[in-house]
Amino acid sequence: MSLLAVHDLAVARGGIRAVEGVSFTLDAGEALILRGPNGIGKTTLLRCVAGLQLAVDGRIEMAEDSVAYAAHADGLKAALTVTENLRFWAQIFGGGNVEQALTAMDLTALADRPAAALSAGQKRRLGLARLMVTGRPLWVLDEPTVSLDAASVERFAALVRAHLAGGGAALMATHIDLGLGEARVLDLTPYRARPGRPPGRPAGFNEAFA
Amino acid sequence: MIALLKRDLALATRAGGGFGLAVAFFLILCALVPFGVGPETSALRPIAPGILWVGALLSCLLSLDRIFALDHEDGSLDLLATAPIPLEAVTALKALAHWITTGLPLVVAAPVFGILLHLPGQATGWLIVSLLIGTPALSMLGAFGAAITVGLRRGGLLLSLLVLPLYIPTLIFGTEIIRRGAEGGDPTTPILFLAGITAGVMALVPFAAAAALRVNLR
Repeated sequence: MSLLAVHDLAVARGGIRAVEGVSFTLDAGEALILRGPNGIGKTTLLRCVAGLQLAVDGRIEMAEDSVAYAAHADGLKAALTVTENLRFWAQIFGGGNVEQALTAMDLTALADRPAAALSAGQKRRLGLARLMVTGRPLWVLDEPTVSLDAASVERFAALVRAHLAGGGAALMATHIDLGLGEARVLDLTPYRARPGRPPGRPAGFNEAFA
Repeated sequence: MIALLKRDLALATRAGGGFGLAVAFFLILCALVPFGVGPETSALRPIAPGILWVGALLSCLLSLDRIFALDHEDGSLDLLATAPIPLEAVTALKALAHWITTGLPLVVAAPVFGILLHLPGQATGWLIVSLLIGTPALSMLGAFGAAITVGLRRGGLLLSLLVLPLYIPTLIFGTEIIRRGAEGGDPTTPILFLAGITAGVMALVPFAAAAALRVNLR
């Protein structure tokens, strides 16, 4: 049973189709990296998979409540400390070991510091540590390594590898090499939507007010 | 779910959280009115219930856009939407947190500010009762307005325009309770109407607000 199956997916950004006809499956223990030029619709596709956006066409099959999503914004509160931020998400997602996540992303020394005092890279590490405390099997990551240094990228790769070994899966959009040799790569360039075709479903009221 | 409520309360009470802003505004308004209309009891007493309720309502309005805008900016709202908690519960809890940090301090402070406006002593109890029943509806309706305007930059004005008409029934029955209480009449009818409005709002608005959030996140 695959964790995620995407059939003939088409997504739209701002009412215009970005990519269409995308199909792939993701089994437990697998990682898939999406590549493609800026604006092709990687973020939009990931948001569709995470359930934050509706697909224009096609189907996404997965178990309910299986996605942990991480995007450009880390969802951190500046007034809370590192531990408080992480503990909040652990409680929201029902458990998860905060200490272990702090150690994995090398944040133990910063545990009592307010998130406002973190550097961009440290914030990102905290945002990625959040994935561990969600306990969700499918990680959907949008440019996870932005503002990380080389050592942190390696640590992140180890984190993903441990997640895959534990029966999880990861779907990532990234431009840089993560050192995850086993990950499959899907280049979205051939799936770019051809202009001039009308959207599959009528845009409706929601689109008009979006 | 308690974690979300605790986090919102912690955020509101820490530096930059805006706790106390509503009470401070309420105090300024109640302190300025006697300067504007004159300090005579005969001038202040008839308008006191109205001023107190309008003041509470405007103070409440002041912090509404923070309910969802801050979470939207830092990405928490996207993450909450993918969390196992239903969005309906998220909106209800955030409205509750707003009420605890805004509405409840107003209820506590209002009797003191009533003295500034020469509100008769026998009406003070009804002032507390009316605010206690009415302010939860203000927070919940405000959460609905905040959910509609969440993605908009400078959505504050639109939020006020959307929410103020919805506040009018609460305002009418809230002031009527105090006015009847001050005149020694029976305020049961307006209390029942106000309680009915609040109950209806609390039952229905979380769903509307969650639906608005879903549209806005897309």
